[in-house]
Amino acid sequence: MRVLAWGFDVFLAAGLLWLAWQALFTPRRFSAVVNFMAFYLLMALVWVRLDAPDIALAEAAIGAGVTGALLLTALGRLPAGSSAGADPRHWQRPLQYLAMAGAGLGVLWLAWAAYHLPRPGLATEVTAVLDATGVSHAVTAVLLNLRAFDTLLEIVIMLAAVVLIWSLGPPLRTFAPATALPGLPALSHLLHPLFLLVPAYLLWRGTHAPGGAFPAGAVMGAGGILLLLTDTAPWIYLRRHRMLLHLLLTAGMALFLAVALGGMLMTGTFFTIPLLLAPMLIMAVEVTTALSIALMLMAFYLYGEPGR
Amino acid sequence: MSQFYAVLSALLCGMALIGLFQTEDLLRRILALNVLASAVFLLLVTVARSAEGIDPVPHVMVLTGIVVAVSTTAAALALVIRANEARRKHEDPP
Repeated sequence: MRVLAWGFDVFLAAGLLWLAWQALFTPRRFSAVVNFMAFYLLMALVWVRLDAPDIALAEAAIGAGVTGALLLTALGRLPAGSSAGADPRHWQRPLQYLAMAGAGLGVLWLAWAAYHLPRPGLATEVTAVLDATGVSHAVTAVLLNLRAFDTLLEIVIMLAAVVLIWSLGPPLRTFAPATALPGLPALSHLLHPLFLLVPAYLLWRGTHAPGGAFPAGAVMGAGGILLLLTDTAPWIYLRRHRMLLHLLLTAGMALFLAVALGGMLMTGTFFTIPLLLAPMLIMAVEVTTALSIALMLMAFYLYGEPGR
Repeated sequence: MSQFYAVLSALLCGMALIGLFQTEDLLRRILALNVLASAVFLLLVTVARSAEGIDPVPHVMVLTGIVVAVSTTAAALALVIRANEARRKHEDPP
């Protein structure tokens, strides 16, 4: 059994290194992007191997799904072959090689340091206060109660990215597929219920087992991108739905802030949730943040503000 | 096993950095940054397997980190696409 586990580890490592090499150094862009998506899928397996199922769920949906869709759309918009960046000047060449050599040396040092790294952990501390958080799954407890401020700021970063992308202009309409695909709309109709069922299950599971707002939001966002791809969500482009869209996008952040400020009013400390209300409030925050995350992932994919 | 994955993350880090520096293609640079982010996440999760159980705090950091990584990727891709359109318009005016 041990030999089998080791073999699996070595296989995963070799696959990751090979796919990363392909993604970074193949001359063709398309194969680079496809290799990169496969890299994320293998990465999800590594997360499972390292006992991090929450991360595996989020990575499979966000990394391989949403990032892959974003990259492939960008690939279709960029001219084939030629480089999109500026050519380096000749005096910059030695600097470039110097940076690469520095990176090589840095890796040797990092590998040495990582091998000897001490492993301090907060596992006992988190387990000790788990009863006072209102949920029984440690990751959800840290995410939405103990370190909720980080999560709030992360949603603010996402919103800032949406504002940046939408400030650049009107949305890029997806190209119609080159060949007619009669199966695609039918398939998306078949998959819609699943894209609602799976996030609902993940949200419900989040309080006591791996799951929760992030994987749920990611799966829902991936489903939303499928909607945009098959052109079955035309309402998002309409001008009269603009206010509603803005409201839904900010709903997660607004409720999160309201909970934090409410906790301050009741207990006197920012982001302290009273234990009596904690399970209900955390569930409400989870549902709204999952919705907001899903909508923000869809908003990324539009590459511009709809309704302009 | 933890040491094995720590060394793997160091190797991926180095590969991503060299890829980041050697390419002139902006899309390839975004890919390299994503690989670099994954390598750092791998190191964090490896460290989380401490002696007295699994530490949930790095897991949460990685979970938020993945979402921040996709946000930055989307923003960078949008900028690359717009810059490319502007340049094309500049080079051959209709």
